[in-house]
Amino acid sequence: MFETALTFQDMMFLAQGAVQTLLVTAIAVVLGTALGIIFGVFRFQVGPWWAAPLTFVLDVFRSIPLLIQLVLANAFLGMVLKLKLSGFTVACGVLTLYTAAYCAEIVRGAIGAVPSTTRRAARSLGMSWRQDMAYIVLPLATRVALPSWIGLALGVMKDSALVYIVQVTELLKSTQILITRLQEPLLLLIICGAFYFVISFPIARFGGYLEKRWSND
Amino acid sequence: MFSYTFQWKQAFAKLPLMLDGALVTVEIALLSMALGIVLAVALTGFRLSGNRFLVAVTAAWVEVARNTPALFQIYMAHFGIASFGVHLSPYVSLLIGITFNNAGYLSENFRGALKAIPDTQARAARSLGMSAVQAFGYVVLPQMLRIAFLPITNQMVWAILMTSLGVTVGMNFDLYGVTQDLNALTFRTFELFALAAVIFYVITKIIQIGARLIANRLFRY
Repeated sequence: MFETALTFQDMMFLAQGAVQTLLVTAIAVVLGTALGIIFGVFRFQVGPWWAAPLTFVLDVFRSIPLLIQLVLANAFLGMVLKLKLSGFTVACGVLTLYTAAYCAEIVRGAIGAVPSTTRRAARSLGMSWRQDMAYIVLPLATRVALPSWIGLALGVMKDSALVYIVQVTELLKSTQILITRLQEPLLLLIICGAFYFVISFPIARFGGYLEKRWSND
Repeated sequence: MFSYTFQWKQAFAKLPLMLDGALVTVEIALLSMALGIVLAVALTGFRLSGNRFLVAVTAAWVEVARNTPALFQIYMAHFGIASFGVHLSPYVSLLIGITFNNAGYLSENFRGALKAIPDTQARAARSLGMSAVQAFGYVVLPQMLRIAFLPITNQMVWAILMTSLGVTVGMNFDLYGVTQDLNALTFRTFELFALAAVIFYVITKIIQIGARLIANRLFRY
């Protein structure tokens, strides 16, 4: 009744694509979050005027399609600077900055959500800025930021489907290669979609649960 | 400084073509948003209706739209539907894919907005003699759209950015598609895509600033 030309080897090919997807996502999210926290704290600390150049640059990453960012980065590094970088490196670099741009916004908002009276109380108890950040702001801001950050990490995983443009064979690209060969688009696409869904759905649910549980009311 | 000679003139010579493409991009985004808002309102209504089947349809739609890549949804709208023997043009496929995505995200936003509207208002409307549909349409919906105005704006920006994915299903007359075709002709990759990036940036800024102006005008208290 249900026949398919899909072999075990093809499934392994898809699995390799999935590994690439997860690898690019993991690198981008880890590095991007670290950068995003630095940018976010900087933006909050120096105020809107002095942070304006950084705000502008980060805003550019959020206002231009990721596909164009990847093509531009690839063209700039490869054709203009004549660097020999692998597509994987370019993809990780661009996705890291892309993540950092969104993460900075989340971090800034979360720090802003810590009541200034609480922070002043900490400082007047003799805590240094560093201690205030570590013991007062970090725990309180994390509660605000974590649900959005989970959403961001999942968003990056979904957006990583675009890195095929710099010759990284991630999950969706390997699916497309198999579609061209086997001519069974529906089955292959459902397998591919199910993979994204199975990873994304439970984590998104967990994020929603945290958001509900940690909200103030 | 660079051993590469920039040829901005060649890129600027193609600007009219790219602006035509930008119009198509904006058109698709606007259409997909209009359809997406209508569908999202319908989905929100489904969720409220309490009918088991309709609630399941809504849940499936929203979760698939939110938990799979937009590119996957566009592939599905093109290659997936094509496997049933219906061959859609890239334009229609792209529109369906983005609309599906928009409706899923917006429906979730509307759900959040609904929570901010007290139940008592709908009940008051019903006790004034309005039907359920009237109460939703005249009392709940306007407030819901007002609360969800900012998320709608964000989704509009997303819709603009998502149009660039149409190229994967063979779309060649939107901004990204035009740029890629020109690139194949001239090989000025960096210059052309930098110009496209600027156009995208300007479009998103116009939307964000325009939305802020509209919000200031509409939502004065």
